[in-house]
Amino acid sequence: MKTGRQVGIIGYGAYVPMYRLKASEINRVWGGFGAPVEEKSVVALDEDTITISVEAAKQAVKRANIDPSEIGAVYVGTESKPYAVKPSGTIVAEVIGATPSVSTADYEFACKAGTEAMQTCIGLVGSGMHKYAMAIGADTAQGRPQDALEYTAACGGAAFIFGERSAETIAYLEASYSFVTDTPDFWRRSKEMYPRHGNRFTGAPAYFKHITGAGKALLEETGYKPEDFKWAVFHQPNAKFPINAAKIMGFSMDQIEPGLVSPRIGNTYAGSTPVGLAATLDVAEPDDKIFVVSYGSGSGSDAFIFTVQDAILEKREGPKMETFIERKEYVDYATYLKNRGQIIK
Amino acid sequence: MSVPRYWRNEVPRYRLQGEECSQCGAKYFPTRPVCKCGSTDFKPYKLAERGEVVTWTTISSAPTGFEKYVPYVVALIELEDGCKVLSQVVDIAPDAVEAGLKVEAVFRKVKEDGKEGILQYGYKFRPVVE
Repeated sequence: MKTGRQVGIIGYGAYVPMYRLKASEINRVWGGFGAPVEEKSVVALDEDTITISVEAAKQAVKRANIDPSEIGAVYVGTESKPYAVKPSGTIVAEVIGATPSVSTADYEFACKAGTEAMQTCIGLVGSGMHKYAMAIGADTAQGRPQDALEYTAACGGAAFIFGERSAETIAYLEASYSFVTDTPDFWRRSKEMYPRHGNRFTGAPAYFKHITGAGKALLEETGYKPEDFKWAVFHQPNAKFPINAAKIMGFSMDQIEPGLVSPRIGNTYAGSTPVGLAATLDVAEPDDKIFVVSYGSGSGSDAFIFTVQDAILEKREGPKMETFIERKEYVDYATYLKNRGQIIK
Repeated sequence: MSVPRYWRNEVPRYRLQGEECSQCGAKYFPTRPVCKCGSTDFKPYKLAERGEVVTWTTISSAPTGFEKYVPYVVALIELEDGCKVLSQVVDIAPDAVEAGLKVEAVFRKVKEDGKEGILQYGYKFRPVVE
């Protein structure tokens, strides 16, 4: 898919809460032996998807150096909405100063809600409806105690402001692609606290089918080959899946290394691909091409090709993803439950 | 806090925004209806988001709604523009807080109105992340 007028990222921001829970601590409590990631990020008591979104959004506005009242859309992709009914986006838009001439909504598509919001913003800016549009992917993901997902369900997010391509653009979009089928590999029913999943069914027919479906289609459509890209980001529900996806698609470890943050912070769900893209932009140089493929259960993938421009060198001041990843304090299992509101008084 | 009261204070609390007297330039946060110079003509003023701790206390016996946060720090913070604000200081152990600690504003959940009521958000401060 290509836009009517060229669109690009003019500002981005990312945030990861400072608390960490080690896989070994989960194993200590539940007697397990798994470690799909080394450790995962955990919110403070006063953090949620909205505060994470605001942190990323404020950084994006600052780097974009624009008047926030010119942002025409603020969309938050998440599966951990603090309110069941009331948009997270209205609060984010009010904080950054985008209200009242703005469209906001919360997107839900499991782990690809953030990139779904990106697709929408790209369309709105590409059609000329809005000068700027902001897409956020953020989550404080839920994992049932003693479930395999408890090791990885983590917290964090990133925000991207899209605008028409100009010299101020830090990375412009060459093309995108969306690939969706009805595949019930993971779900959470209404009013349920924790999700359910299909164990190994989340692999080949779900994650890998959609990642490669979207990825290969976009490569075919654009004529690019994996070696044409400096960097690649694949949705990272654990450490293993994105590495295998890269191998299947013909990408190397060097290409995915900067964006592969899940081993150190876990799976930030709707924030997972966005924080990977943010971490990659943190190290990218002008003219680098970035290949991005998200995955959301249910299921679908969004694929994007971005080319970095000179403005990146002047528009990534402030804390990087690496800063937030390294800013950490370990918590024990009881504190983790308390911070997540999983202790019932 | 009632919903209308929370709503009326959203912009100051969300954006750390006060007022500046159009006559003498005095800055107020929270705002007041009459300036010390007698003027009632004010314009919005965005406070600096960085500053340093002047003095602080650790709350161990919290008021209703803040119990789960104890122990937490409430500090008087002098911002880089000279304004002073009272705020919680987060992302740091209470015994590590000291006068002169460089801090920056963050947006956090302040209080929940039970399980069914609104979530109240606003500014807090944390040690500067460079």
